[in-house]
Amino acid sequence: MDNIRKKDLLWMYRVMKTSRCFEERMEKEYLEGKQPIFNIGSGPVPGEMHLSNGQEPAAAGMIVHLTKNDTVTATHRPHHEAIAKGVDLNKMTAEIYGKKTGLSKGKGGHMHLFDPKVKFSCGGIVGAGIPHAVGAALANKKRNTNWVAVAFIGEGAANTGAFHESLNLAALWKLPFIVVVEDNSWAISVAKENSTSVPFNCTRAKAYDINGYYVKNNDPVEMYKVSKEAVERARNDEGPSIIEIKTDRYLGHFQGDPELYRNKKEVPSLIKKDPISKLRKRLIKANYVTIEELDTVDSLIIKEVNTAYEFAKHSKYPEPAEALEDVFC
Amino acid sequence: MEKTLEKIKKLTGSKAMAQALKQEMDIDDSIFIMGEDIGKYGGIFGSTSGLYDLFGKERVMDTPISETGFIGAAIGAAAEGLRPVVELMFVDFHGVAMDQIYNHMAKIHYMSGGNVKLPIVLLTAVGGGYSDAAQHSQTLYASFGHLPGLKVVAPTFPYDIKGMLIAAIRDNNPVVFMFHKTLQGLGWMDQLDASFGEVPEQAYEVPLNKSKIVKSGEDVTIVGVQMMTVEALKAADILAKKGINAEVVDLRSIKPIDKETILNSVAKTHHLLVVDEDYLSYGITAEISAIVASEGFNYLNAPIGRLAIPDVPIPYSRVLEKNVIPNSEKIVNAVEKLVSV
Repeated sequence: MDNIRKKDLLWMYRVMKTSRCFEERMEKEYLEGKQPIFNIGSGPVPGEMHLSNGQEPAAAGMIVHLTKNDTVTATHRPHHEAIAKGVDLNKMTAEIYGKKTGLSKGKGGHMHLFDPKVKFSCGGIVGAGIPHAVGAALANKKRNTNWVAVAFIGEGAANTGAFHESLNLAALWKLPFIVVVEDNSWAISVAKENSTSVPFNCTRAKAYDINGYYVKNNDPVEMYKVSKEAVERARNDEGPSIIEIKTDRYLGHFQGDPELYRNKKEVPSLIKKDPISKLRKRLIKANYVTIEELDTVDSLIIKEVNTAYEFAKHSKYPEPAEALEDVFC
Repeated sequence: MEKTLEKIKKLTGSKAMAQALKQEMDIDDSIFIMGEDIGKYGGIFGSTSGLYDLFGKERVMDTPISETGFIGAAIGAAAEGLRPVVELMFVDFHGVAMDQIYNHMAKIHYMSGGNVKLPIVLLTAVGGGYSDAAQHSQTLYASFGHLPGLKVVAPTFPYDIKGMLIAAIRDNNPVVFMFHKTLQGLGWMDQLDASFGEVPEQAYEVPLNKSKIVKSGEDVTIVGVQMMTVEALKAADILAKKGINAEVVDLRSIKPIDKETILNSVAKTHHLLVVDEDYLSYGITAEISAIVASEGFNYLNAPIGRLAIPDVPIPYSRVLEKNVIPNSEKIVNAVEKLVSV
């Protein structure tokens, strides 16, 4: 953890913990109205739900280097990235509950979160956010800012045409663009080795003559270091990068996924090396913080998450007729 | 605008487009153009001719053959506050980028609850009639008109091309601006009078939601769009000699559609023929027929007539293609049948 500011490490811990706490609560809340018979359209949180438990290091280790002027586009599994980017947690939760107080007044939902105040967006089409980040990077360059744009994707998205078209454009135009590939081993049910011609997507950087980085073991500290270099390069007009991080998906592709494709022993072994617990231990061991101090941080996080859920649950639904608004401006 | 100061020049469709783009780019630095061969070449159909020399490669950007990449990048840049104009060379190529167009460009404003604005103009060339066969001859008006969140326009004459393109660039919504290849006035295609017309030199807007009566008449309403408007006007001349006075409505805007102009015209003529260079099923002819059947049924003295491409891909051989694209002769026949009921 040498050379990393204590402040940054604590920020990363707080963000990862907030995300985990948010997702663990969502895992429970999502089942309301869906038991004993699971119907995806039932309950106060209807529709698909993709939770990011285990994947927090990717978001925290990168976004710690970003400001609100930097753009992030995320995936259908977006909560950890949204929380790290500073998306309003109350409004985000309300959006997931389909409420009028949500980010999009209930028109987007969990897969379509837009918070232009902190330049965050995500979407439900695999790979489609990559060119949007390229466009944001293009705008940054045109306006002579040193702002960067980061596209978070899963490893499955690295096989879409959008990935390759975008990287060629970003490299060709030397844009302040970074793609973070969160390799959680599974594109829904298809394992990486059955979908991808190379073991590491970061090696695809060679094809575009840009930098490629690999972070192993779902390590937030390594993610921090690699991201720092990639972001600095982007800010200094040294071109785009690919960062791939080996991360872990603790839950199904979506809540309700029977996961028949996955060995039942896999997840327990992953949880044993959970990056949040590990970071917590490292922070204490390095004497950056005491257990008591971290407990206080944790209790504040729980409070913040509770507040967001209370806000969402107690907010009003939009009027049905509002469905006809916002098609055009 | 002082009428006496107004300078008017005759321009082709393509020059009207290039002039609109130039004038808007002169006054707004946030506008830039991306597309294939839109730089030095000036656009395969001349839509950006001369702009590269005026504005340079930073604002008139040739792209690789990566429609998903650069149309998606236009979305990202627009969300950041720029005003990109992107060209999809042929509308037929939409398949390779349709996800970006209909899942993102069309929906992000809505999905964000109005918080993200995407002021994008998607230019695209449409139309057949020159033996370019099934993958380079479609108009696909209805495919785009079907999707909520996109304004879709298809002007016919140079005056409207310039005015609607300026309005499209100034609009804060994504606008699909379809220009017909044959109406661009290109030296290497059919030479049509319609592709050369009077255009005021200064900038002006033509609304994106209004059709236009391009010939008034009392006996029958013919609604056309782009080349079908041109053919309808030709047909109207022939019909006039036969004692049938046709009113021709140039649709101009696919979405939103100007119901009022069409219904008012049918209220006057009591007969309607809709002519489309797109496929018959589920298309413009069906949409307009449904509007008139449900909101103007009592105006009608005869069943509505529909002419469009009869649900086949557009064939290559001239004799085959001519058989499937509606023309003035087919319009005359259809109108004669309609008014004889």
